[in-house]
Amino acid sequence: MAVTDLQDGAILAASGIHKRFNALVVLDRVDFALKAGEAVGVVGPNGAGKTTFLSVLVGAHSPTAGTVRFRGIDVTAQPAAERCRLGIAKTHQVPRPFGGMTVFENVFTGAANGGRLRRDEAYDRATRSLSLCGMLTLANRRAETLGLLDRKRLELARALATDPAVLLLDEIGGGLTDGEAGELVSIVREFNHRGIAVVWIEHIVHVLLQVAGRLICMDAGRIIADGDPRAVMADRAVIDAYLGRGAG
Amino acid sequence: MTWLNQIIQGVLLGGYYALIACGLSFMFGVMRIINLAHGSLAILAAFAMFVLADRFGVQPLAGLVAVLPAMAVVGWVLQRGVLERSARGGQLVPVLSTFGLAVVVDNLLFQQFGADTRSLAPYAGSLAYDSWAITDDIYIGRLAALTFATSVLLLGALQLFLTRTALGRQIRATAEDPDTAGLVGVDARRANAIAAAIAMVTVGVAGGFLALRATFDPYAGGPQLIFAFEAAVIGGAGSLWGTLGGGIVLGVAQSLGAQVSPQGFLIAGHAVFLAVLFGRLFRGRFGLRPRAA
Repeated sequence: MAVTDLQDGAILAASGIHKRFNALVVLDRVDFALKAGEAVGVVGPNGAGKTTFLSVLVGAHSPTAGTVRFRGIDVTAQPAAERCRLGIAKTHQVPRPFGGMTVFENVFTGAANGGRLRRDEAYDRATRSLSLCGMLTLANRRAETLGLLDRKRLELARALATDPAVLLLDEIGGGLTDGEAGELVSIVREFNHRGIAVVWIEHIVHVLLQVAGRLICMDAGRIIADGDPRAVMADRAVIDAYLGRGAG
Repeated sequence: MTWLNQIIQGVLLGGYYALIACGLSFMFGVMRIINLAHGSLAILAAFAMFVLADRFGVQPLAGLVAVLPAMAVVGWVLQRGVLERSARGGQLVPVLSTFGLAVVVDNLLFQQFGADTRSLAPYAGSLAYDSWAITDDIYIGRLAALTFATSVLLLGALQLFLTRTALGRQIRATAEDPDTAGLVGVDARRANAIAAAIAMVTVGVAGGFLALRATFDPYAGGPQLIFAFEAAVIGGAGSLWGTLGGGIVLGVAQSLGAQVSPQGFLIAGHAVFLAVLFGRLFRGRFGLRPRAA
């Protein structure tokens, strides 16, 4: 399928993304399209360029070459704050709450700025986001006093409050027990049911497959497989990337 | 009674120190930048008010109405033109740039106004010397009281602004983590420029009160920077109410030092600053939780 066909009707599309840090090529002509409401998992060995790819999509890094389009509009030159207001949100691999603020203020800041809401509306949105992520009882805690699971939930609640059409998740399940990861899975699935498209990097594949309807595998800065999760996991190139050539 | 009077005068003097430290503390707290041009910019504002009063007959406090917006513009340009660019070169470069800026401002003022010592007191009428007699031994100067009240109001207003307004939350979010602020839709560049503009407005207020209560010349910025730095560090850099406390501690120490010996004024202030600094270091060494900035 040609790139242009693939990108028709996509809410978020990246074409020809190339990213170099000095001599190191991290992303090598990556093409990717996300449909509205879709849930896509991203897997790949360490150093494959997954996190950098999400950073380029959200605007934290600008690509050396290539374009990012959101709803058909070229946003490659837009900074992260502007993309967030348009509807692209991202959570950090290691949670980074505004530690000196309360949980509520963290989420409220997302609603007021990313969601472009006035005071009362932002208050309502923040409350609903916290409630959906099961954090209402923690609303008045200072964010720096939270444990890891609650910090991850706060990342999700803060991102949700910006009213995204696309949510990029970077290893939200890492460092958690299966039970804890399961809680986050149900929150993310709920986001997706509400129509938010999700792109989710995760090493814990069985967690990922509970939500993702499509899987892509990256290796050495390229997308080497893309499609139905079971098919991608059985793909020869994917097995080679993880285990080395000749394994399996 | 003399000692009580010295303490009262010290507290009032502390109001001025809090005023001059407020912008320094605010910029450090929000942008993590120590602005070494802080004192020089206060003197720049003082000279601006002096020109308005001397050439155009504008009352000093009325002159603030014109000078403060100009200082806000200075802050915006300083952030966008100097600090933001130099921050790309690492943490030290912005500090060095502000040092360079201080040299430039000092010498431009010297070229323009010469070495003469100036004051706004002659233009301020009775405000410069009026006082209320509390007892036979204790007088409270109107200007000193006005300075103290301004300082408390300014710090209180800044605190409310930061905690209660949307823009204040944007500035706090940017202060904690500019990248993450961007991810939740906060324009960090704009928030920093606004914070710098606000800091420079407080510098303008401090410069105005300095010019009213004392004399100044083009090279008077250095000592003001030191007082501001000491008050900010004693109070815990980045904390606004702490800055008021730090200013008062510094003022009282200087005032009591002067009572002990005429030369004790500055020495007592520096001694308290060093004592607080070492106290912090040792508290860290014994494993107690250091205070968050």
